[in-house]
Amino acid sequence: MSFGYNTLVVLAGCALLGLACGTVGAFALLRGRALMADAVGHAALPGVVLAAMLVASFGGNPRALPPLLAGALVAGVLGVLAVQALTRGRRIREDAAIAIVLSSFYALGVALLSYVQTMPQAAQAGLGKFILGQAAGMRAEDALWAGGIAAFCVLICLALFQRLRAACFDPDYARVMGLSVARTDLALLGLIVIVAVAGLQAVGLVLVVALLILPSATARLLTHRLPVLLLVSASLGALAGALGAAASAFQPEWPTGAAVVLVGAIFFTLALLLAPERGLLPEAWRRTRRRIAATESHFLRAAWEAQEAAGAGPGTAGDRWTPIAALAAARGWSEPHAARLALWLGLRGLVARADGEIHLTPRGAAAARRAVRAHRAVEHHLLGLGATDIAGADRLADLVEHGLPAEMATRLLAEPSSLPASPHALGPRP
Amino acid sequence: MTAVDFLRLDLPAMLAAILACGLCGLLGSFLVLRRDSLLGDALSHAVLPGIIAGFAITGARAGLPMLLGALAAALAGVFLISLVRRVARLESGAAAGAVFTSFFALGLMLIEATGARSVDLDLDCVLFGQLESLVWLEAQGFASLLDPAALAALPRQIFLLAAVSIVLAGVVALLWRPLHLLCFDPDYAAAIGLPARGLELALNLMVAAAAVAAFEAVGSILVVAMLVCPAAAIRLLTDSYRAQVLGGAAFGAALGAVGYALAGPLPAAFGQAFALNAAGVIGTLGGFTVAGAMLLRQWRSAAPKPVAISG
Repeated sequence: MSFGYNTLVVLAGCALLGLACGTVGAFALLRGRALMADAVGHAALPGVVLAAMLVASFGGNPRALPPLLAGALVAGVLGVLAVQALTRGRRIREDAAIAIVLSSFYALGVALLSYVQTMPQAAQAGLGKFILGQAAGMRAEDALWAGGIAAFCVLICLALFQRLRAACFDPDYARVMGLSVARTDLALLGLIVIVAVAGLQAVGLVLVVALLILPSATARLLTHRLPVLLLVSASLGALAGALGAAASAFQPEWPTGAAVVLVGAIFFTLALLLAPERGLLPEAWRRTRRRIAATESHFLRAAWEAQEAAGAGPGTAGDRWTPIAALAAARGWSEPHAARLALWLGLRGLVARADGEIHLTPRGAAAARRAVRAHRAVEHHLLGLGATDIAGADRLADLVEHGLPAEMATRLLAEPSSLPASPHALGPRP
Repeated sequence: MTAVDFLRLDLPAMLAAILACGLCGLLGSFLVLRRDSLLGDALSHAVLPGIIAGFAITGARAGLPMLLGALAAALAGVFLISLVRRVARLESGAAAGAVFTSFFALGLMLIEATGARSVDLDLDCVLFGQLESLVWLEAQGFASLLDPAALAALPRQIFLLAAVSIVLAGVVALLWRPLHLLCFDPDYAAAIGLPARGLELALNLMVAAAAVAAFEAVGSILVVAMLVCPAAAIRLLTDSYRAQVLGGAAFGAALGAVGYALAGPLPAAFGQAFALNAAGVIGTLGGFTVAGAMLLRQWRSAAPKPVAISG
């Protein structure tokens, strides 16, 4: 299919629907109401089918979109009311209520659909598209409707921005300020019903909930600030809508709804993996770097202390080379492990290596001195508190010293300028 | 309608409905008690790509590869939901919603990409359930019920459902006490050394197995309905654990039987020409019973209580 007028109409319509769903979805997710869209979407089916039956029995065109969407809207509202009625007694939780409503309303729709198929008029024609979505059938006026709905939802969200924010983040504060959280929630539910119903023809009732959750969940991974989150969520929704519609325009047998949702899922997966602060890979990278840094400083400290134990300080006349095996024994490492660390630190220019022995370079000595100072500052501090015995202080200090900045170590020491002596004997660990 | 017609057309479908609904009703109580009802929704959607992949790899609509694929997809779904919940800091419902819709969308794409649709994997049976397509053409009369050769020709979905039902009922009986604790006091269960996470995983696996077994016969949506409706209705009426779990199973099975009868055989018996989608009718009935249980509960609590006389 070429990028003709029809394709552009479909693209624009899906993008606008995605925009609306992304905007409303952000607030729905923050308020813990996102799955309401699932209930609304499924609940819409009997409404659509009944509307088609009514229209057909009055001799109208059962394919006309407005009455079908009106039916979906009524059924969606009924679904929301049913969820609220079920949860009122507190015996049935909201998750169960949503599952009950979405499954039994949908089942009613399925039963009605099977009844419609036995009717003489072709009333069932085109109803299947509401289940999985069929944006390809979108006409210019449908896209206009989508645009109108998107504009309406965005305007309402902007107008109610303060109230929605208060309801999402601090309902108690909102109550104190005299803003009725119940009324804000009602408005939010109304918006959810509207976008879920509007999204039906593009992505279908099974998947419409994804259009609310995926963009906003992606945005949440990327930012903490609400205005940014709204902007990101709305644009990701629009992008997912447009790209998904474009994909199914090129491959007409791909269902539009699935394509749109998969694009959204790809965005979400990328954010899950790569988001700078919360993403899995940056987090793993940070953790690995911390571990390497801690191991490095343990090695350098061991090298320093080996010199001290031999009665010489780095840079003094007695400065000498230390066997890697001695360092491995002091830390309780295996020799190959210690040798690999020596190789790594040699590459970083912190130690010099020769014949299984190492020697701290001036830069390495400075880093080692910082590590020793931090370690002993913590040790002496813990001992001064009487928090532990000498052996315990050594081990505890190993755990906490790495995040300790130099100024902090200075503040812990009685004589800031000096390097205190180790409280315990240096040498191989028992 | 003759007895042979009943045996050929209605018995297998009714049997499948009873088994699937009873099985889901049994497990549903645990989901409702643990406030995890949407897990059924999530898993019954998430198995789709696994089923399609199993079908695509073996190229046959054989039972085992599809079953294994579905179980793998369900496990991946459970794992991803907990991962998403932790990393994206979403509440569990939203995390499940993000994962299962993605899986379902992937499944829809796979159907097209692998050409499964053109062969014989019908999307309609996923979306609507195809109880009506289960037939037992070998039945010659009630004598066939005792004839091993004829019984072997029952639709394979029934054997699968029966096997899974027996295994899961056994597992529930074995884990009766630990599951009780897990539902009502998971912290205490963990404190006395029960492997709470292992139990949760076992429960998830059981729901996945039930969803997979019931999926093809009754459709994904009826799985959701039967996992939650009978259990929720019973929950409104009793506080007893035993009544909850066993009642859920019995009530589910009864709903399956009654719903199936209402959909086709009863209208036919009264001379009506139409037959409704049985899965749809059973699910609708499930919703009505929850509403009915709600009214019953209100009526009970509104009725004057006997006054306790002290002294």
